[in-house]
Amino acid sequence: MDHQFQLPGSYKKWTYGLIAVGLVALLYGVFKFQPWIHSHHGSHVESTRFWAVLLQNSTFFLLVVNAAMFFICVTTMAMAGWVVAFRRVSEAISSVVPILGILTFVILMAIVFGSRTDIYHWLDKEAVANDPILKGKSGFLSVPFFTIWSFCTIFLWWFLGKKMRSMSLESDKQGHMDYETGKKWVWKNTVWASLYSVVFTLTVASTIPWLWIMSIDAHWYSTMFSWYTFASTFVSGMSLIALFVIYLKNRGQLEYVTDEHLHDLGKFMFAFSVFWTYLWFSQYMLIWYSNQPEETKYFIERIGTHEKAGPYKGIFFFNLIINFLCPLLILMKKGAKRNWTLVTVMAVLIIFGHWIDFFQMVMPGTLHEHFELMPFEFGVACLFVGLIMWGTGRYLSKNPMLPKNHPFLKESMIHHT
Amino acid sequence: MAGGIKKFVVGSFDDEKVLFPAVKNVRKAGYKIHDVYTPFPVHGLDHAMGIRETSLHTAGFIYAITGTTTALTFMSWVFTKDWPLNIGGKPNFALPAWIPITFELTVLFSAVGMVLTFCYLCNLAPFVKKHHFHPRATDDLFVMAIECTDKTNDAEVQAFLQSAGAQEINVQVAETGWWIGRYHKEQKLYKEEKGY
Repeated sequence: MDHQFQLPGSYKKWTYGLIAVGLVALLYGVFKFQPWIHSHHGSHVESTRFWAVLLQNSTFFLLVVNAAMFFICVTTMAMAGWVVAFRRVSEAISSVVPILGILTFVILMAIVFGSRTDIYHWLDKEAVANDPILKGKSGFLSVPFFTIWSFCTIFLWWFLGKKMRSMSLESDKQGHMDYETGKKWVWKNTVWASLYSVVFTLTVASTIPWLWIMSIDAHWYSTMFSWYTFASTFVSGMSLIALFVIYLKNRGQLEYVTDEHLHDLGKFMFAFSVFWTYLWFSQYMLIWYSNQPEETKYFIERIGTHEKAGPYKGIFFFNLIINFLCPLLILMKKGAKRNWTLVTVMAVLIIFGHWIDFFQMVMPGTLHEHFELMPFEFGVACLFVGLIMWGTGRYLSKNPMLPKNHPFLKESMIHHT
Repeated sequence: MAGGIKKFVVGSFDDEKVLFPAVKNVRKAGYKIHDVYTPFPVHGLDHAMGIRETSLHTAGFIYAITGTTTALTFMSWVFTKDWPLNIGGKPNFALPAWIPITFELTVLFSAVGMVLTFCYLCNLAPFVKKHHFHPRATDDLFVMAIECTDKTNDAEVQAFLQSAGAQEINVQVAETGWWIGRYHKEQKLYKEEKGY
């Protein structure tokens, strides 16, 4: 039990390899696309592309790693015991939040203070002054509010997540807890988890997707948007946890994780894929049905109209196939959720699918028909994947893999679905 | 009324911890367990008894896709062929508007279909009766019924159950299938039943 996990050489090779590929892509972008040049109506779309791709990747991967902490907090509040056997894996993933948080904040500030009106139309002071809709939103969509709220959000995610992780790590040193100490410890965890969840509701489940992503289409709004974004990142977060659990199990770690735990992770991947579709469809159907021009604009930019197909039509329906039909039909059977290879494949597919989902959230409002899905886009994604692997690996190789004094450990060991 | 009359050796257990090794030993000894009756669902007993996985969910999937196709074919027939209506200028083939109803019908078909299939598989229906091996199987005892063949020595099976920790052991000759009607014409105490 005191054995410390050492990162295998191949893991480090992949981590640094991906980061290197990402940095090369980023440098290529800086020199080729000249991101300091302002873009106006179709000129210098390349500099828009640079910032749009960074915005898509940073917000997506930050929300995905943050979902790991949300998973810990909801299971803590629900007094769920089964997660304890691999709880450290979710903790490790959530420890990447400050790294990606700082990176995302820097990117957002560069966009906002660089007055990138090609990304956020509401930054254009002249346009806002002559536009009653944007004027009405200017309290919310303003540089001070955007900056302060983004800062507070990332700080609170980091601070409350850090508290949850440190309580877990401290329990390793305390020794075995008797009933009373255990009860107190669980209660303390529940209080902090509740605080985190309240912050999560006010940020991920409402304001943050509005500010960071929905405000690209500044005139448009949808009350489903944040839930839809949350579902997207939560199902990817569960897939990421599953991937790390499978990897570590293959490396002979996580001795108490069995088919039963994988089955439940698979259920989360399945259920939240369906949940994502439910929100995706609700947003689509309500706009389609009421047929208001200011609302349908969002979908016309993507799929186009009856007469003329939009530039994102393929991506839009591809998104629905890999994020709904594939998980629904492939993960439905019990045997599939207990098949380690199949869950690995599905987890990669789901993460990729929701990355594409974010792609079609960000690109139509910024690049319009000039979007591209080239090595630059994938290279930047590699940078973020590499950073997640680096941070997660660092936490796992520094801390014990098993919270051995967790009061619910026994429950997790004998977990049976 | 499938089944026919067969002879059973019945043993009752008052503890799960005794029941599980007993089930294992009975199977190992080569006896055929007809069924184990428990007052509540016992986790893992189906695996211990070696019962195959139920195909109820496969049936559920088939009912579900039947519901999906029924909903989509019916609505597209009504709105495009039988009685096309202009609703808010929408196309007649208005797929997004049909999705909620398609979903509901998918759930309805699979739910109702699975309940009926479940009742069929368990022989559950109004007025249908089955033999009870022990009345306390619905209260506080785990009751194991071992099916005897012509060659089975029931004294030997009884002795085996005794050694496996069974509390009450008896031999019953009973109908294995279901029948419609009453258990007995006259109310009889279980103590007076044959083979108690």
